Amino acid sequence: MKKYISIIATFVVVLALATLGYFIFSEDEQAHPEVSEDGTYEGGRITVDNPEYYTKFRGRDITLNVYNWGEYISDGSDDSVDVLEEFKALTGINVTYTTFETNEDLYAKLSSSNSRYDIIVPSEYMATRMINEGMLEKLNFDNIPNRKYVDTAIHNKDENADVYDYTLPYTWGAVGVIYNTKYVDEADIGSWDLLWNEKYSGSILMFSNSRDAFGIALKRLGYSLNSIDENEIKEATESLKEQQNVNQSYVMDQVFNKMESESAFIAPYYAGDCLSMMDNNENLAFYYPEEGFNRFADYLCIPKGSKNKEAAEAFINFLYETDVAIANCEYIQYFTPHTAASELIEYDERIALTPALMEKSETFKALPGEINQLYDSSWIEIRSRLDMNEIVIVAIILGLSFAVLISITVLRRVKKGKQNY
Amino acid sequence: MKKFFTKFYIVVVFAFLYLPIFILIAYSFNNSKSGVWNGFTLDWYKELFRNELIISSLLNTLFVAIIASLVSAVLGTAGAFGIHKMKRMGKTVFKNATYLQNLNPEIVTGISLMLLFTFFKMTPGYATLILAHITFCVPTVVLSVLPKLRQMNVSLYEAAMDLGCNPRQAFFKAVLPEIMPGIVTGTLMALTYSIDDFVISYFTSGPDSQTLPTTIYSMTKKRISPEINALSTLLFVVVLAILIIVNVIGVRKEKEEARRASAFYKK
Repeated sequence: MKKYISIIATFVVVLALATLGYFIFSEDEQAHPEVSEDGTYEGGRITVDNPEYYTKFRGRDITLNVYNWGEYISDGSDDSVDVLEEFKALTGINVTYTTFETNEDLYAKLSSSNSRYDIIVPSEYMATRMINEGMLEKLNFDNIPNRKYVDTAIHNKDENADVYDYTLPYTWGAVGVIYNTKYVDEADIGSWDLLWNEKYSGSILMFSNSRDAFGIALKRLGYSLNSIDENEIKEATESLKEQQNVNQSYVMDQVFNKMESESAFIAPYYAGDCLSMMDNNENLAFYYPEEGFNRFADYLCIPKGSKNKEAAEAFINFLYETDVAIANCEYIQYFTPHTAASELIEYDERIALTPALMEKSETFKALPGEINQLYDSSWIEIRSRLDMNEIVIVAIILGLSFAVLISITVLRRVKKGKQNY
Repeated sequence: MKKFFTKFYIVVVFAFLYLPIFILIAYSFNNSKSGVWNGFTLDWYKELFRNELIISSLLNTLFVAIIASLVSAVLGTAGAFGIHKMKRMGKTVFKNATYLQNLNPEIVTGISLMLLFTFFKMTPGYATLILAHITFCVPTVVLSVLPKLRQMNVSLYEAAMDLGCNPRQAFFKAVLPEIMPGIVTGTLMALTYSIDDFVISYFTSGPDSQTLPTTIYSMTKKRISPEINALSTLLFVVVLAILIIVNVIGVRKEKEEARRASAFYKK
């Protein structure tokens, strides 16, 4: 019994130490926004256009469930603005914040369980799909006065008709190629062909999500990245299989380590993230391929079933405050769709999009179901192709373990036999 | 030569087991977000305690794990006792039913639990998460208590009754101390399973109850923050400390017992 008491005692000690550490470490220099007695907002690090607007939620005990991408909001680290903290202090609304990894995860979570989220942030094609399936609420733009800041070059009624009444963009960005100047010839860059270049075989990476990978292959062949032509998709599939011969691996976040440590030289990735890689390794450089590339936006949406639609709209409005947009833009390093903020922020020229480049960009559209399936099955076909080397290695390993197994059994038998004498 | 090889073999095996952890610990002190070494810093530990999302997911994980493992300790012990007392047929059926739950791929358990909760119109949250964790923790406890019951002398319970215990007293005074090690092992196993679990939590957690593994997973589109390295280091150190303390106490106790025994025989 003593033993268990001591285990419990250890737990208690550890917990006590942890709390102590918490207080030592978190007793930080940063000013925290506070709500004073008369309900006004003080000590915050941002100014809002109309503080009056946010006061109506005070004392109503509202909790908003926000479901966002991981690492996708300015959270107070490195002396940035803690956006959620500021929002809580300003409005008195409580926020539970959780994170997802892919659009498909988000869709699965939303469509198959009773989860109640008030704010979600799907990419454009997923937002369209959700609207088509009746999963999103229309926004009441009277509650979002800051809508006036939306950049119409990114979000307008013609180009974004599908989602226009339902959403406002949160961030936007584009896909380009990051490469290592130490190993890659200047003469080879400029096009998507670099990812197929045999000269760099074994040092090239590729997206491990199908939509982005197919987008690249289709663009390289001169097609739209929303192609619904079966022959074009087939051609892209063949092209991706061909790319596999020079490909080191299919990656998402591993791209950071591989590029920075120079274990790979060429990779396609999102411009904002490439910027952070370039900051960590000065040999890295970036370009937008001439054939055209994907421009994406992640959208703020309110799913059906939200119990606090008005508060959710206040949250969207808050994200559209100039200070907040700047803080988020600096933290995430993607582009902001906020006009006033983008005037104040100077984008790094290495990833800046000129109007000429904007012309070449294309956004993803939601695809009809059977085409989606075709993409999925083609992707599986590409990814499940084993090359001869791998088969040989697997066979050798299997053979070896089998041999070991047999020899162990035989040895045992022999030993037993000896003992029996 | 043979000696050299045995030593070499041990070094290789342990390197294989522990090198990843030591690299992770080293990187938790790395002065850069990237995987390239750039100098020593304690910043990630500071940031860790300031990062509300990570801390709240950690607390969620611990909260759920502790509740789930304690509840399943009680349920599992009761279950194991019941199964132990059954006739042959029932014993086989129930034991295999328990095994099945353990052998079932997690994803099947996760999805079926999610469907069940949706069917009963339960909103995902702490309640569903804890229920789900209890589901896969109970078999662990049952399976580690059952062997203890089998080892136990069959007459112990009856002897206690003979000496004047009622059935409840007999259980608590005679049987429970005997099977306690099994219960503790089972509960600790359940605790670790519960802290580890990703798949089932992924399908059953709600907007207010995200656990640590899910939070880490969601970081993979951008860069996984070195705060996670710092957190893993802390967890590793805590577990190590607990292990060492428990072992030291165990050794001391053994010595004490040996001393007492020898004193007894000297008399």
